[in-house]
Amino acid sequence: MADKDLEAAIALTRFGLGARPGEMAHVRSNPKAWLLDQIRKEGADQPQANPATTQQRIAEFRNYGEAKKQAKDAKANGETPAEYDPVKMAQKQLREETGGDFAARAQLGASTDAGFRERWTLFWANHFTVSATKLATATVVGPFEQEAIRPHVFGPFATLLGAAETHPAMLLYLDQAQSIGPDSPAANFLRRPPGMGVGQIDLPKRARGVGLNENLAREILELHTVGVNGGYSQADVTEFARAMTGLSVGGLREGAATIGASVFRPQTHEPGSRTVMGTRYPSGGKEQAGAILADLAAKPQTARFICGKIARHFIADDPPQDLIERLTQAWMSTNGDLGKVAATLVSAPEAWDRRPAKFKTPYEFLISSWRAAGGSPKDITVLAPTLTALGQKPFSPPSPKGWPDDTMSWAAPDTIVKRMAWAQKFADRATADRDPKILAADALGAQLQPATATMIARAESRPEGLAILLMSPEFQRR
Amino acid sequence: MNALTRRQALTSAAAFGLSLNLLAKTAYAATSSRKLVFINCRGAMDGLSVSPPIGDADYSALRGGLAITDNALKLDSHFGLHPALASVYTLAQAGQVRIAPAIATPDRARSHFEAQDVLESGAGAVYGATSGWLNRAVGALQSQGKFSALSIGATAPLIMRGPATVSSWSPGALVNPQARLPSLLMDLYRDDPLLGPALARGLETETMAQDAMREDMTTAPPADLKAYAKQGQDAARKLGDTVAGFMKEPGGPQIAAISLDGFDTHANQLGLIAARLGNLDAVIDGIQKGLGREWSNTVVLVATEFGRTARANGTGGTDHGTASAALVLGGSLKRGGIIGDWPSLKSSALFENRDLAPTLDMRALFKGVLADHMGLDRKVLDTSVFPDSASVAPVSSLV
Repeated sequence: MADKDLEAAIALTRFGLGARPGEMAHVRSNPKAWLLDQIRKEGADQPQANPATTQQRIAEFRNYGEAKKQAKDAKANGETPAEYDPVKMAQKQLREETGGDFAARAQLGASTDAGFRERWTLFWANHFTVSATKLATATVVGPFEQEAIRPHVFGPFATLLGAAETHPAMLLYLDQAQSIGPDSPAANFLRRPPGMGVGQIDLPKRARGVGLNENLAREILELHTVGVNGGYSQADVTEFARAMTGLSVGGLREGAATIGASVFRPQTHEPGSRTVMGTRYPSGGKEQAGAILADLAAKPQTARFICGKIARHFIADDPPQDLIERLTQAWMSTNGDLGKVAATLVSAPEAWDRRPAKFKTPYEFLISSWRAAGGSPKDITVLAPTLTALGQKPFSPPSPKGWPDDTMSWAAPDTIVKRMAWAQKFADRATADRDPKILAADALGAQLQPATATMIARAESRPEGLAILLMSPEFQRR
Repeated sequence: MNALTRRQALTSAAAFGLSLNLLAKTAYAATSSRKLVFINCRGAMDGLSVSPPIGDADYSALRGGLAITDNALKLDSHFGLHPALASVYTLAQAGQVRIAPAIATPDRARSHFEAQDVLESGAGAVYGATSGWLNRAVGALQSQGKFSALSIGATAPLIMRGPATVSSWSPGALVNPQARLPSLLMDLYRDDPLLGPALARGLETETMAQDAMREDMTTAPPADLKAYAKQGQDAARKLGDTVAGFMKEPGGPQIAAISLDGFDTHANQLGLIAARLGNLDAVIDGIQKGLGREWSNTVVLVATEFGRTARANGTGGTDHGTASAALVLGGSLKRGGIIGDWPSLKSSALFENRDLAPTLDMRALFKGVLADHMGLDRKVLDTSVFPDSASVAPVSSLV
């Protein structure tokens, strides 16, 4: 492609998160090199969020549960509640922390000079979805992204996969933390007849809570690795789930150091060898699940499934087969080196079609709007209500599949009206004495269409001009 | 371009559309009063909790503490309803509810997303169609005369996607459709096949919403978890009531689709499902009361992508299964027993020794409602609404 202006516009809007004022001119000298330079072994940037770790957040959450119970007991005993309500305090703290994490991520997106690096990262965070829709994971989505995803987005896929699936947030989100091998020593102990051992507990009730949970095993196969057509059966799901038993999140009895951390409990691991997708894995401890994960990471079905997803995310809902082919080859020939796959993507001629085919998600629309205006969201209160109304509540994808990535999911008539209402309010506050004609040229460059430029030039006020820019067909897409 | 002229044109177009709607209502009064609401309970709703088979000898043993027995709202000696479904129970006692206790889509996938696709596309297998069956039904009804439909929620579900134009709406800030920016954007979107029609439909719905909304949707933050649950139900009831308001508007939608999430109860099922079914009950109550006399012209269908394992799992929940329950509700239903057969929970009768076995294809029920209630003919149902489904006979004598 010869036209550097168009290349710069595509690099910044399709591969990046949108252009900030001045970026177009800077990137124009070598758009492809600008993209390639963002790929680095140390992974993604880290948002400037509250430094609390997942472990600390889970410990906090347990304290909150404890405080709630104490308050309930106190009330039941007819005691007057304490002057401050520990439950309300904890809820407020949880809300603020999660909101703070999300705002920090949005601020990074709005201000970064490496927009491709961040978009690539958001793709992987969505691929390995942990959602705040579940109370137990409500406060750990931000730390999960920072600990398990961001460091590994340009490394081997197997490393990223291992980090994501064994992270305490994922173990809680997909119910792995409570899965116990039905024939494990722990299960047998809990099922022992009354009168044996120190049976102070209500045994039948305890025994009911002991057993296998297939959720994480199934979603790893269906969503994270080989994909739903990857050639596995219900029996493979169950076998994989058995292999993963033992993997859990540390609790009170294991000591303060491991509360909220990933642990392996040999006594809850299902003994015996396992067969998953035709391969037999000899009995062992956590190495058994580790070996299965490593094999899944290396499967060609995994490469093809995820490369298809990458192409759909970056290029088009229905991307060129040649591009998927090219990415899959790069993946297979480098053992899933994600830096190499990213480089292949930005070097592929199929990725540079001049028509912007992807419709922005609400998050992409908002972040690119802030970038176009040269600003950044102040805090969560300016983000959460809008994203929720547009169907993309912060950190809350509706299922483990993550946010949808296709036009039809996001372009419902109602959300177009809501995008318009938001753009109008945003433009009223953001414009001041800025010239929307210049903002439009800075944001879209060679992608700015004559009809939009004309309408902006004739706008009756600066805010109206900016609102037209943000709602223009070319700004709604990338 | 002259913005003022465009605005005037838009306003008069809207006025013309409205008068056309009113005319259409008179002209098609006989058939066009029929209304259908589809409620999709996403996440695999546990049929064995929705309509617990209290008469099945194996139920309690399989489910242990998750069985709904003593506190079930008893319908007869065989089936009850979950205690959270109190409004549904009242309707059932008036003969306005029927249960399909062992129903499933034609595909045996246990993936939520694939199974939801099959449920919504109306195809015989995964990836069999890229549009939704309700959209194609709307298309068929539109070819007979003016007919409109609405999906509720910020994103458009597959069931309503496709060639027929369908509106969407979700609670939120209102905008003034007569303001300047919308008319400018309508002009800018003139050649945009996606954004042009979408904005036009959105503005039309917004105008309707301003008439239909009787109360402000916003509510204060909850004081505690109990209040939170109650607020959830209040919001759900208000949503049902608002949908009813839309459907009662002149020229308003006659078909609406609603999604309710969170039925994937792998753990702590007892508490989770009670809360979710409480919301479902409240939505139905809101629709039924909101529709008033129009309830006698309405059918509500409640379905889910698949059921859950017959046995409880090790974590107080159930895993992905096969058959589940569907509900049909309406003011003019014919009385009758369960829809489809009950396969029983004997271990020899379980599908793959694991799940409640399906006895009825979901498409048979949907076709029955579209035929009896909406008046679509068999050929259209067999070929375009549910492709290649001639072998699946519609359930008869529903309405």
